[in-house]
This record gives sequence, C-alpha cells and structure tokens, in this order.
Amino acid sequence: MDSSVAAEPNIRVVKNATCTFCGCVCDDMELTVDLDQKRITKAKNACVLGKAWFAEHSVDESRPVAMIEGKEVSLDEAIDEAAKILVNARFPVIYGMSNSTSEAQRETVKMADLLSANVDSTSSVCHGPTGMGLQGVGEPTTTLGEVKNRADMIVYWGCNPSDCHPRLSTHYAVNPKGMYIPNGRKDRTVINVDVRSTTTTNIADVFVQVKPGSDFELLWGLRILVRGGKLNPAFEEQTGVPIDVIENLASRLMSCNYGILFFGMGLTMTRGRHYNASALHMLATDLNEHTHFVVKPARGHGNVTGADTVMSWQTGYPFGINFNRGYPRHEPGEFTTTDIMCRGEADAACIIASDPMANFAKPAIDHMKKIPMISFDPKPTPTSQAARVAFTTACYGINTPGTVYRMDDIPIPLRPAFESPFPSDLDILKPLVKRIRELKRAQY
Amino acid sequence: MSSALRIVNGKIYDPANNIDGEVRDICIQDGKIVESVPGDTPKIDAHGMVVMPGGVDIHSHIAGPKTNLARKFQPEDHRYDPHPGTEFTRSGAGGIVPSTFATGYRFATLGYTTVMEAAVPPLSARHVLEELEDTAILDKGYYVLMGNNSFLHRMLEKGRMEEFRNAVAWWLNASKAYTIKLVCPGGDEQWKGDKNATINQIDEKIHSFDITPRQVIKALIDTANDLGLPHPAHIHCNNLGHSGNYTTTLDTMRAAEGRKAHITHIQFNSYGGEPGKNPTSKAKEISDFINENPNISADVGQVMFGKSVSMTADAPLAWMLRHVKERKWINCDTECESGCGIIPFEYQQNVYTHTLQWAIGLELFLMAKDPWRMVLSTDHPNGGSFLNYPRLIRLLMDRDFRKQEAAAVNQKALLSTSLLDLDREYSLQEIAIVTRAAPARLLGLKHKGHLGVGADADITIYDEHENREEMFKTARYVLKDGHLFIKNHEFCADPVGRIYQVAPDYDKKIEDEIRPFFDEYYSVQFDNYPVFDTHVETEIVPTYPVQ
Repeated sequence: MDSSVAAEPNIRVVKNATCTFCGCVCDDMELTVDLDQKRITKAKNACVLGKAWFAEHSVDESRPVAMIEGKEVSLDEAIDEAAKILVNARFPVIYGMSNSTSEAQRETVKMADLLSANVDSTSSVCHGPTGMGLQGVGEPTTTLGEVKNRADMIVYWGCNPSDCHPRLSTHYAVNPKGMYIPNGRKDRTVINVDVRSTTTTNIADVFVQVKPGSDFELLWGLRILVRGGKLNPAFEEQTGVPIDVIENLASRLMSCNYGILFFGMGLTMTRGRHYNASALHMLATDLNEHTHFVVKPARGHGNVTGADTVMSWQTGYPFGINFNRGYPRHEPGEFTTTDIMCRGEADAACIIASDPMANFAKPAIDHMKKIPMISFDPKPTPTSQAARVAFTTACYGINTPGTVYRMDDIPIPLRPAFESPFPSDLDILKPLVKRIRELKRAQY
Repeated sequence: MSSALRIVNGKIYDPANNIDGEVRDICIQDGKIVESVPGDTPKIDAHGMVVMPGGVDIHSHIAGPKTNLARKFQPEDHRYDPHPGTEFTRSGAGGIVPSTFATGYRFATLGYTTVMEAAVPPLSARHVLEELEDTAILDKGYYVLMGNNSFLHRMLEKGRMEEFRNAVAWWLNASKAYTIKLVCPGGDEQWKGDKNATINQIDEKIHSFDITPRQVIKALIDTANDLGLPHPAHIHCNNLGHSGNYTTTLDTMRAAEGRKAHITHIQFNSYGGEPGKNPTSKAKEISDFINENPNISADVGQVMFGKSVSMTADAPLAWMLRHVKERKWINCDTECESGCGIIPFEYQQNVYTHTLQWAIGLELFLMAKDPWRMVLSTDHPNGGSFLNYPRLIRLLMDRDFRKQEAAAVNQKALLSTSLLDLDREYSLQEIAIVTRAAPARLLGLKHKGHLGVGADADITIYDEHENREEMFKTARYVLKDGHLFIKNHEFCADPVGRIYQVAPDYDKKIEDEIRPFFDEYYSVQFDNYPVFDTHVETEIVPTYPVQ
C-alpha cells in the first residue's frame, strides 16, 4: 500500500493521490513534492483546476495558527474562546464543511448536536434543491464507473463541466473506453442543453439552447413525449426550442442503451430550483420505461457530497438542520444558513472550510459582520478576516488524511503529500468539542 | 463502572447451555461471563425478571449507501418520530430508517447488542464502515455483495475456480466484510446492460456472460465453505417477490449440494402460483426441505403490517414494486458490482398479497422443526421495522393473539394458508433461540448468544410480563461487554461497539489479475480501493479453511 518513493532526498513522489478540488475527486494524481519548500511542484494527471489547486496550497509558516480579533494567540486560547462564543450563543450556526474530510464532518455534526445548534453545508446554496428533488420524487443514479462502462448517451444540462469539472468528460464520462463502450467517444452521443453555448458545447454532438428560466418547461415537454403524449405548440414559444427539436431529443433519449443526465446549477439555482431538479429526476424515471437512464448532479466542492452523506446518517437529513429542540429538524428556507443570516437570527457562527462572506447575499453578510464568528481555513479569506476567532488549518488531501465522498457517493481515501505545521479541522474540532462539553456541564 | 457484577435471582434462558428458565446467578468480570466473583461484588437483583443473552440480528439494513439514501429521501417519515438526545446519548431521527445513533439505541432498547448489516457493494466499504462506527452501542459487521461482480463472473466463465476463490478472499479482505452476500445473482447485469431486463430462472444465461446464476450460487457457496468463513454465503434468491418463486428457492438450496448456505428472508421466496397472478403459500414445501436438509439455514423476513421501505440490491424488484404504486423511487447502479433499488412501501391488512406474505412468514416459523435454523428477522426495513420484533414475538408465543390478529386481515388470503391450523406456541426458550442463540451460532460468533463462562457479557434483562409484546419492547437492564448501559429502562452510558470482519488467506498473485481489470473498468484506483487498516478499527473473526 505504500505509494511513496523517495526520488531525491528532499523530493517525494506520491502516487494515487486524490485531488479534492471538485466533486470529481480524481484519485489518480501523481504528485511531486518538494519537502523542503513544503509545496507540490508537479501534479501529473491533474486537470487545469487540479494543477492550480495543488500549486497554490503551499504552506505559509509565517501565519499564526490562531488569531483572536486579528491578534496571534495559542491554539488552546483560541479553542477556549471559540467554545465560549458557541456555548454562550442562543442561536449558534455551524456552516460549511464541504472542503473538509468526512471524519471532521462527523465531529462537526456531533458539536452541533451538543450545542443544540443549527448546522448546514454549502449544499444549501448549491445542489440543495437537488436534495429536495430526491426527497420529493426519488432519483435513478449511478457511480461514475458505470457511466464509463455503459453510457452511450451523455446529457449535460445547465452545467459546464469542460470549465468546472474538466475530467468529468475526459476521465469518466465521454472519452474513456469502457466495458461495453469499446471505442470510447465514438460510441457515445453527447447532448448539451443550456441557455447559451459554453466550452462544453464544443464537445457536444447536439446543442439545444433553451430560453433562460424555462428549463422546467422543456423538461416537462420531454416528459410528455416520453410518456406518449403530444406537445402543444406553446412549448416552442415558452422554451425557445422548436417542437421538432424537442421531439428529436426525446426520441434520442428513449432509444439509447444507457443514458445519463448530468446537471448543474443552471437548473438548481435558477427559476424553478427544486422543481427543475424534480422534473429532471422524473424525466429520467420515465425514460426507464424505455431504456436504462440515470441522473447525476455535478457536485462542486470536493467533499460537499460527504457533508450531505454524513449529515444524513447522523441526523436523517442532508442539510439545513436545527437541533435547538434537542433533536434534528430539517427545513430548507428556515434552517439554511443564508436565510438565517438574512433574517438576522443567528448570534454566533462557526464557519468550517468555506467562505460565505465572499458569496452570500449582502443582507446575510451584513448580519455576519455583527456577530462573533469562528473560522477554519487554510488561507486568509473574507470570512477569516471578519472572524473573531480564526484558525489556520492544514489543507485536506494535501496535508491531512481522511475520506472524501465523490459526487457519486463513493468514498475515496486521501494520501497527504506533506505535513503542515497547522492542525487539521479534526485536530481542532476534537478539543473544541471537549471544551464545549466541559463548559456546558459547568453551566448546570 | 466497576468491572465485576453479579446478576441474582433472575430466570435464565440460555438455550446454548440448556438452561431453560432456572433461577441462578450470572457472574461478570472484565466484560466476560465468569464462574464466580467475590462476595462483595455489586449486584443487580433480577427477581421476577427474565435474563437472556443480548439479542443478535442476522439480517438488517442499518448502514451504508443504500440505507443512507433511503434515510435521506424520507424526511416526512423522520419528522413525526424525533429521537431526542440525553446526557449520555446522541440525538437523531427515527421512522422506518432511523439515523445511525438512533438505530443503535433503539435496537439496544429492545435488548439487542449485535446486528449485521446485510448488503453493501465493496466499492462502498468505507462508507458502511464509517456509518457502523457511528451506530451506537452495537457490535456489528456487514455482508459484501458478490453475486453480480463482473470480475468474478469472468473467472467463472473461464472455469478458473482457484483464481475465483482467491479473488473472493481478496475482496473480503479489501472490504473488511464479514461474509459473502448474493442478491439475485446475475440480475443486476441484465438490469444495467439490457434496458432494465431481469433474470428469473437460475439456469438462464446472464446477460453478456456465458454463465448462469446457478453457477454463481454454487461457486460462492463452495468458496465460503472452502475459505471456512464463520457464516456461509448469505443468499437473497433470484425471483424474489414473484408468484411461483418457491421452485427457484428449492433449486437454489439444492445447488448447495449439501454444503452450508444461508437463505435470507425466505418468506419472500416461498410463493406458489403463476407469475403475474396472485401468489399462494408454499411455506410447507420450503419448510419440509429445510427440515430435511441440515446444511441449510434461513431467516424468515417476516412482513409486519404498516410502514416499510423496500431497499435492495435487487434493482429490478424495486422497479416492479414501483409499478404497484407510482411513488418516489431510487435506483443506484454500482460499477462492476451491483445495482440497488429503493421504494417506500406499506403492508396493508386488507390487501391479499400482503396478508399472504404475513401468513407465510408465520407459517415458516410455526412449521420449523429446528428453530436453530429458522431465525427471526423482518429484513428490516423491507418487511417492516425492527421495532416490530416484540409484536412478532407475541404472535409466535400467543395463539389467541394470533387468532385475534388474523381476524382483521384479508380472509381470502388467510384461508388459502394453513396458519389457522397451526396451534404451536413458541416458548421463551425458543424465542431465546431464534433471537440470540441461533443467529449467533449461525454467524459463528462463539462469544455471543449464550451466557456460558467465557461469553461476552452482553446481557438483557426483561421484566416478565404476560403480554410478550410489552415484555420485549423495552428491556429493564442491558449490558454490553459487562458494561451496564440501560438501567431501569433509561440509558446511563453509551458504550462503543466493535466491527467484525473476516480476513481469509489468499494467494497474492491474484492482485496482478485484478489490478488491470480495475485500470480498465473501475473509476477508482486499485491501490485506493482496499480499506486502509488505519481507516477503521475492526476485530478479525478467524476462518477455518478446508484443506
């Protein structure tokens, strides 16, 4: 199992390393590591995003391990302060987790349970609506290897993997040869549906341009055709797609041997949101009357799938969870973090491995500026800079071992490239949970 | 908590040691049952109570990718059954698929201390192991799916049995599993590769392979026996849920050719009638075969009325059920290894088929001559939640209650079975057999399921009550490894259970054959596939290979 060999005294090569940048979680990286400089100098097999991810995550030893109000403190002092903030809060919110290991995620949910806090992942501003689609209508799905082995029909809908998940096509879905796809790309049809052409359109055999905000109608029109109905001409006007194109699309989908619909935030974060995700899941379900058809959300962060998975097994719910009654409740819109912040409800926040101050709505950011925050991040970010307590952490996958869940729920192990002087999320969370328990016991 | 304890005045039911309701002391030291402890050792007075080994569940779906999807997609079911935490325990969600911690606590409340997860593809081994770590209290292990494994199919096709056996052993090690599981062997290949087709008979050709399910069944039964696994191949038969399937079940059991095999949730495979039409009961034919063939063991897979979820690696079955009522449906294909289907379900007393299934399960229990080989399960949550076990126990122990319940079910279905003619009532000793002693023995867990010296001190103490459902619903005291964690029905600690695995020897050369297969057909690297030893702490149960 030992994957590392010393090529030169200060150079290490790590084979079968895992890239945790995006939801593809490719585990065939070959990393060349300069141990003196604590940086990765080469990342063989990585895509352009992966190369940048590995190159950027060198270690800046001049950064303090922890700060309170911007001033350097010891790790213990920071943990103590963080515990006090959380224990004294009436409505603490714990958020993020998508760039952390499942081990740290498990500890995070434990902390939320102990604090009767709110806990939520970045899913709530990403593929949360896909989770709601799953809850509403189910989901036929697959692991990525089955796409490689069997899929002769690939649909990219409202996503742009050529830019955002470059190896989704080249490593898993479009180009590789598979067990029943002997000729790789030649044996597959690629269809791209989007509101505008993107770099993904360049690799597609068919491009269908849909009017912005009318994905739901196009999906519903396809369902009608797949279920044997006829389309009202109004669909053309509504979706901007000619009826014969919709009919042609439906017949292609029905006649493949094994089809997959990949989709992104072009569906989940535009008009319709979870209705769009549900419609897509239902279209795939309907297609199973004719052939084998599956769907797969192209998940963004490296372990956002792990966050959903861990929260589901520990609480029953994938995101947007509140423990303030002593047991978990789930309500998207009520317990999703951006909504809580916009309403000004939280009185403390613990942000783990994400940066909501950079991407939440302005009213949410305005509220977060007013409350004590704790941040865990390897790098300085708008969130860490606004936090009262900021921990500098080791980067998951590059410096820490553990497990991440790929976008298809497959758990992938991490092989750290080099040691960081900074603690991992888990290294901080464990004593933090312990300290919180002590403070809570002292309260009673 | 002191490490020594004496349980006094309780009525002991320990069938493995032929103790049937005698009042005697049980002594505990350092987590084990011992001959004696010093006189001043703390005592639990079990006067008027029944003492049994901790319950052992041979087949439940409690963790892993399929269970978690079923959990994730039913918020409506968790909502009305919250599981609050306590000073000692974590909170969670209940319902038909509870969250992991709640699953452990709820099993423990019934007096169960060991539960086996029944079906996980090896590609998701890390996932199930992480969930099992988060499943409170219980000792556990899981069965790894091998009946639809493309690499193994290829070895079998070429008749390379030596390599087949080595590959199976490699997979068991790589996935840290407890035994081999077969689910509808060959069926998922048809489903994924032939536009949702399925396979019905075990002598049909498997799609794109030149082998039949019978060959897969035979090879895996032989391999489990040859490797000397503590529990034999655990088989979900082909054709499950279909009218007329009892012949497939008999064929499957005959394929064992006298070697050990476990047929799981056999109730679902005991149907007569013609495919597509109403089923009839063939419980007698199945029971007769098992009564006469001591190499075969089974668990019942009793159906209980109320909410259930069909969650299975038998993907075509879930698709069939979806057409019964168009509800939300999950399908999940696993590359080279498995399929999976999930659908919420409800068993209703007025429905012919549901009543028939309920009655067949009870017939199987009541016709079994050897309760050591026909043990209790509901195939949780497929036949109903494990929380139904107390009610099921009452149905077995109380003939009048059974008749009273039978009055409310579909009479046409009921009268087509022999249930009303079966007067047998299970004794407490027989309940102790089918809920702990026998499952432990079938699993090869030598320290479980009994109260003899050297056994793990997993002990349950129930208040004796005429209403057996009430009695078995909540244990008064439960101990795990000698650690008292339920006291007067309340949790007073949260001990951590173990994870069991097997690690049979194999010829390492097989890895040179599996590696290129991974490079071509898997989406993960061969070197990243086996669960690292650092990932999870497990206890290895020894295997006794046939020389």
